[in-house]
Amino acid sequence: MGNSNSKDESSLEDFGIEYASAIESTSLVNIKDKYGLFIDGNFVDSSSGKSFKTLNPSTEKPLSVVTEASSDDVDRAVRSASVSYEKYWKKMPGADRARYLFRIARHLQERAREFAVLETLDGGKPIKESRDVDLPLAAAHFFYHAGWADKLEYAFPQRKLEPHGVIGQIIPWNFPLLMAAWKLAPALACGNTVVLKPAETTPLTALLLAEVIRDVDLPPGVVNIVTGAGETGSAIVEHPEVNKLAFTGSTEVGKLIQRSAVKRNLPLTLELGGKAPHIIFEDAALDQAVEGVINGIFFNQGHVCCAGSRLLVQESIADYFIDRLQKRIELLRVGNPLDKNTDIGAINSLAQLERIDQLVKAGIDEGAEVFKPSCSLPENGYWYPPTVLTGVQQSHRVAREEIFGPVLVVQTFRTAEEALEKANNTPYGLSAGIWTEKGSLIHWMAERLRAGVIWANTFNKFDPTSPFGGYKESGFGREGGMQGLAAYLKNSGGNS
Amino acid sequence: MTGKIPIAKTYKLFIDGAFPRSESGRTFSVNNPEGELIANVSQASRKDFREAVRAARAAQLSWASRTAYNRGQILYRVAEMLESRKTEFVELLKSIGANSRSATREVEDSIQRWVWYAGWSDKYSQILGSVNPVSGPYFNFTVPEPTGVVGIIAPTEPSMLGLISRLVPAIVSGNTVVVVSEGESSLASVTIGEVLATSDVPAGVVNILTGDQTDLLPWMVGHLDVNAVDISGISHETDLTLIEEAASNVKRVISRQVNEESLELISDFLEMKTVWHPIGR
Repeated sequence: MGNSNSKDESSLEDFGIEYASAIESTSLVNIKDKYGLFIDGNFVDSSSGKSFKTLNPSTEKPLSVVTEASSDDVDRAVRSASVSYEKYWKKMPGADRARYLFRIARHLQERAREFAVLETLDGGKPIKESRDVDLPLAAAHFFYHAGWADKLEYAFPQRKLEPHGVIGQIIPWNFPLLMAAWKLAPALACGNTVVLKPAETTPLTALLLAEVIRDVDLPPGVVNIVTGAGETGSAIVEHPEVNKLAFTGSTEVGKLIQRSAVKRNLPLTLELGGKAPHIIFEDAALDQAVEGVINGIFFNQGHVCCAGSRLLVQESIADYFIDRLQKRIELLRVGNPLDKNTDIGAINSLAQLERIDQLVKAGIDEGAEVFKPSCSLPENGYWYPPTVLTGVQQSHRVAREEIFGPVLVVQTFRTAEEALEKANNTPYGLSAGIWTEKGSLIHWMAERLRAGVIWANTFNKFDPTSPFGGYKESGFGREGGMQGLAAYLKNSGGNS
Repeated sequence: MTGKIPIAKTYKLFIDGAFPRSESGRTFSVNNPEGELIANVSQASRKDFREAVRAARAAQLSWASRTAYNRGQILYRVAEMLESRKTEFVELLKSIGANSRSATREVEDSIQRWVWYAGWSDKYSQILGSVNPVSGPYFNFTVPEPTGVVGIIAPTEPSMLGLISRLVPAIVSGNTVVVVSEGESSLASVTIGEVLATSDVPAGVVNILTGDQTDLLPWMVGHLDVNAVDISGISHETDLTLIEEAASNVKRVISRQVNEESLELISDFLEMKTVWHPIGR
């Protein structure tokens, strides 16, 4: 096993070291009692008068009341986007569109702390993640795409392109603000106007972003944000004046959207689920690989479509590696997401908690062995401890279905060919991880893994310049990079 | 005196490098503009389609793992074979109603198009891929890869150029295909199959079915081992609810009225793969 296991393995508790809590203040955040829909530059009520509560999943206490957009409201939003496209956005030079996007990026940087705290309150993710990952990346996405707005002809030489017009965008609850940034920034840079729907459990940072959009004087109607659940989403998908759809979420819902769009020949991009293999070869730098696996599955409570949820570890090191992993998991701190020391925060919703619990039980019923650390969980709120399932067979539900929680399933392999076969044996193809010190093996594996993002000797890294998206049933289209712009432009005078 | 009676060609399917008849035993007739029978062409069934997908899947990995240079040479060789059978194609197009000038023009354009796409094999990656300047100590690059098995509803018009315009951009990157051709354009499609059989394109890379496109469309879009479909060739009257099943495995559905030489048609059947690796000592 070489060089990497010489480190002292005693836990911090052995030395009597405990972390004092370091709670991030919420004083910066001013949550309103009620939020309207952001249509045509104003916050407005729903025509139906309906609303719903959004909770803090770590306390189960309501944070605010959010308006539920009816199909009439969605219609208003689409018309506003459509008028605004003709009136302002289509005519505006790219250089001016860029200036608005730069402004949004700057406002996000200036108000990053406020956004991060609100993200953690509404979604349950650890403050260290919303502070160090979600916010910097969201700002970076606007900054990166701002620069493209007046350079699009360099991205696609020899092609005459134009924006689609009105884009309908539906985003999930796992990275609420970041997904809004991934969707809005390229759409706006390419000259489209947008109707965006955040997830019903995490609407608040998108609504705060609406304030920023108003503050930077973006022309009214260029971005409209409508809150609601599935029915609101359907109203966007079915609206005849939406010219293109972009969806991030479950494969199940993605397929329904594709069914609707394909009959109408409506341009569509989908970023769906995953069941990423995380492959550890015996020659890997094991200390780093353990950290990579931990980050791969427990980042954001495992609510990550590209999470490294299937550990494939070479048989020769399996026992040692799993033991190391379990010792490391014992050190993870689960609890108050506002605590700067917290590693694993709250599960986003009761429905998701129940789904995780149900799938883990199914795994145990099918013969998997379960490991959970000895940590205690808070009484209120939605929590699930970091969990490892071993003795898992390829046919087990936990090896095939996306759990979308802090649950790692473990399988072993002997040869690279076997690892590859197991890794690719899934309808998904979003991401994959490889750990080995052998460069040629990395490239051999990377070439053959059917997944859109390959992390070698690292995991869960994201960047606005780096295209992200899936193969197979993980969706189509890319977000980020030059390649990500393609989805938001069409051939002039022709179809997509 | 024997040998004066012409031997007519039997138009069969092209699956896995062989020329079987349809397992259904069915045929359809193709006539010339005067209404005289030219041929009874095999009418492919759902089962023939499944056989063709099986052949395409079996051939895909090895076709994709050839070097780009090798794929380019193999495809250029096809153009050589087409050139040597130019007269045959011109006569074929004339038999279904083209005048001599337009038939010659279509054949010449077809050969040129084949050469144009063949030359892209070792170039599109450099145009469509990238090294990405991420904000951190990582080497990060994006490369295009073939989507996998592609189903193509061949345009019925122009019969030779139409098929070639959709077929070559799909296979040049390492996809394998199942083509469905209909009506009189079937004659050119089957003859292109005969050209492929005598070239170095491995069996299963291109499979050509003749039959009723509307009948076979639901099987094509619903097949779970087909990764992408090009339905640009379907007739305008086709009921688009027939393609809903494409969502069953999140197929890429391409429908665009571009028939000229275009890099876009290559990129339609590519997936972008992004690889990260740390930089350090």
